[in-house]
Amino acid sequence: MKLDPKVPSGPLETKWSNYLRDVKLVSPNNKRKHKIIVVGTGLAGASAAASLAELGYNVQTFCITDSARRAHSIAAQGGINAAKNYQNDGDSVWRLFYDTIKGGDYRSRESNVYRLAENSNQIIDQAVAQGVPFGRDYGGLLDNRSFGGAQVSRTFYSRGQTGQQLLLGAYQAMMRMVHAGKIESYVRHEMLDLVVIDGKARGIITRDLVDGSINKWEADAVILCTGGYGNVFYLSTNAKNSNVTAAWRCHKRGAAFANPCFVQIHPTCIPVSGDYQSKLTLMSESLRNDGRVWVPRDPEDSRPPNEIPEEDRYYYLEERYPSFGNLVPRDVASRNAKLVTDDGMGVGDSGLAVYLDFRDAIKRDGKDAIKAKYGNLFDMYENITDDNPYEVPMRIFPAVHYTMGGLWVDYNLMSNIPGLFVAGEANFSDHGANRLGASALMQGLSDGYFIIPYTVGDYIAGEELPKVSKDHEAFDEAAKDSQEQLDKLLNVKGDKTVIEFHRELGKIMWDKVGISRSKEGLEQAIEEIRSLREEFWQNVRVPGDANYYNKYLEFAARVADYFELAELMALDALDRDESCGCHLRDEFQTEEGEAIRNDEKYAYVSAWEFLDVNGKLETKLHKEDLNFEFVELKQRSYK
Amino acid sequence: MSTMTINLKIWRQKNTEAKGEFQVYKLNDVNEHMSFLEMLDVLNENLIKEGKDPVEFDYDCREGICGSCNLVVNGRAHGPKRLTAVCQLHMRTYSDGDTIVIEPPRAAAFPVIKDLVVDRSAFDRIIEAGGYVSVKTGAAPEANLIPVQEEVANQAFDYATCIGCGACVAACPNSSASLFTASKLAHLNRLPQGKPEREKRTVAMVQQMEAEGFGDCSNYAECEAVCPVGISISSIAEMRKNYLKAIF
Repeated sequence: MKLDPKVPSGPLETKWSNYLRDVKLVSPNNKRKHKIIVVGTGLAGASAAASLAELGYNVQTFCITDSARRAHSIAAQGGINAAKNYQNDGDSVWRLFYDTIKGGDYRSRESNVYRLAENSNQIIDQAVAQGVPFGRDYGGLLDNRSFGGAQVSRTFYSRGQTGQQLLLGAYQAMMRMVHAGKIESYVRHEMLDLVVIDGKARGIITRDLVDGSINKWEADAVILCTGGYGNVFYLSTNAKNSNVTAAWRCHKRGAAFANPCFVQIHPTCIPVSGDYQSKLTLMSESLRNDGRVWVPRDPEDSRPPNEIPEEDRYYYLEERYPSFGNLVPRDVASRNAKLVTDDGMGVGDSGLAVYLDFRDAIKRDGKDAIKAKYGNLFDMYENITDDNPYEVPMRIFPAVHYTMGGLWVDYNLMSNIPGLFVAGEANFSDHGANRLGASALMQGLSDGYFIIPYTVGDYIAGEELPKVSKDHEAFDEAAKDSQEQLDKLLNVKGDKTVIEFHRELGKIMWDKVGISRSKEGLEQAIEEIRSLREEFWQNVRVPGDANYYNKYLEFAARVADYFELAELMALDALDRDESCGCHLRDEFQTEEGEAIRNDEKYAYVSAWEFLDVNGKLETKLHKEDLNFEFVELKQRSYK
Repeated sequence: MSTMTINLKIWRQKNTEAKGEFQVYKLNDVNEHMSFLEMLDVLNENLIKEGKDPVEFDYDCREGICGSCNLVVNGRAHGPKRLTAVCQLHMRTYSDGDTIVIEPPRAAAFPVIKDLVVDRSAFDRIIEAGGYVSVKTGAAPEANLIPVQEEVANQAFDYATCIGCGACVAACPNSSASLFTASKLAHLNRLPQGKPEREKRTVAMVQQMEAEGFGDCSNYAECEAVCPVGISISSIAEMRKNYLKAIF
């Protein structure tokens, strides 16, 4: 396997403009002869589909939900970054680039991140023109808010529903092209395999989730925009149907999977309340501006929080990080919550929570001021927990939120399989080992609106793409594989449900491949994942049939893929003998518990190749060295 | 933490053509902190263990924003709590021994696929008819070139928060999709970016709504009462005004 990042030469500032100057074009007459498949209709998928269709290509979109508008991008709350410098506070493309690459702890490609920052301003223009109702000031101009990891105010927002509004903008652009006859949109369709012919991606296999039929679709290029894999942990802030299946099946057809162990764990989520818990709900990072995080100093202290006097409270973030206090980055806040609960100081019935207390802020600013800032979040919290956060401290705990890892792509956002492009959270490209807030929406739309339309054109213009038939044996084989796997799952007829297996897998992942990892724990995790996977295939019970709507069959196939991905994540974490961003290895930290990054040995992208050796899972690690020509690598410190 | 026993009466229907019927289930040990959908997850786990078919229902984000869930609970779309999608409803709303009736949203334009899952693709076709601003990628002017009055931007946002769940249709005695359609029109029509296409958009979307088999609006306002995000029916008045202006 050869991994060529294909980064254009020259200064950082001109790489993308030079690329655009030289990009190969497809003439309007020829565009209509080409068919492009887009899988997933979140920010990346919907924006890519709309833009390609506007150019004249024939596009087919596929999504698992009942409408393209329901992709999980819709749940993003806070905002989207752009280097407009409307605040005149010194922002620039360079600064946005620098903050993002530093925030990612120097584990991403300079060229890609710089292009992301360059595209950011156009995204805002595009969204406003579509009618996305961003927050505005009294003069009617666009407003900004501040987010973590930056010293400027560059985040555009639509109250707490920025993802919803941006996604609806992209979805509407896409529906406009459906109306124009340039997009065929298939909903309730799940991609189960990639079809590779003569070494190129030439189509996909889907299952119609309503009638259960397995279908074949041919194309000149396939663009995967299927989101992240956080649900491997069972509990996460992802939607229930978010999954890795499409990406994983591409991996099994030869696409390298990069940095699988880079998982963002968000510090402020509502804690688990019982075994029945199906998902976790995020509480915006902004709460840490006014809330103070603490636990009782004495693990035996069972007094209600309001009766615990000041001297018996351990404000651990403020004590350990006096200069950043409660506003340390996400990875640091999450890790420290785990440390204090591991030491028995956690609160609530489960002991797996810490307090986020607004008492002092309410005393200082008044209840009304706090309500004006966080009213909707406080209501949401009360609705879920039945506790009133104006009266008692919130209980919060970290939860899996976003995956920086994903399929490996080059500068063109193309995987190592020619013709297979990967955009949005599904690729590994721009966030390194840690993503900053308000950067995911930016990346999804930069990829979809402003990169894919050029790079896919360049590919189509430069390749021989003879017509392929759906009768080709590669289609038959892939379709047969998909059907057989479903039948196999249904035929196990064991005793344990899919959800039970998934919950157990999630626990292994959370305990041993979660906030902090150790060599010993990871090795145990690999053993446990393997034996649970074996049990899954012998004892899972999947109800119903394959020939009609069957949600638990969908889940079963996705969990089967999680079992394989989980092992790769642990292997990747084991390979990386350093702590960087969200990846903390217990062995590589200072005495005070700070991460020790090792740039000499680990400034590379881990790209894993799937090898099926006599039916046994095998993997091979390839390394893409990260060369930093333009920024100086520094250790992050928040003390 | 208290637990309760809940009696469930749930609509079961094998497929679109099949005749459906209510079936009764008893669920013990329901925890008050469970969400309503988690309660159904538990029921399904029990059914699977007993070798029976689980109840199919639509859901995804479980945060009240994706609009997938759309159960009608004791005759009310999304259940008893105002401004709350059914995925955000919790079992503490109920008491030990309660009976809960769960149905799909019923409308000719929303055929049942299985049990509580319905086909809402008619909504997509209404948006497809004109629910957008015709601007190509790359053709946008600088974002701050056209100021938008803060008040107008806020109103547009309020209408734009529609989650497309279809509760408005389920609650309407006429099965009208007026609130859904009008909310998108009210969002786009009042913004300077959306104004050039206002008339064309209004006519196209209203006519598509009728073509899909949704009923007309008779001002019952049941839609507004169940809308989980509180879309106002003033949007419907605005839609009618714009429609009449456009066709005469």
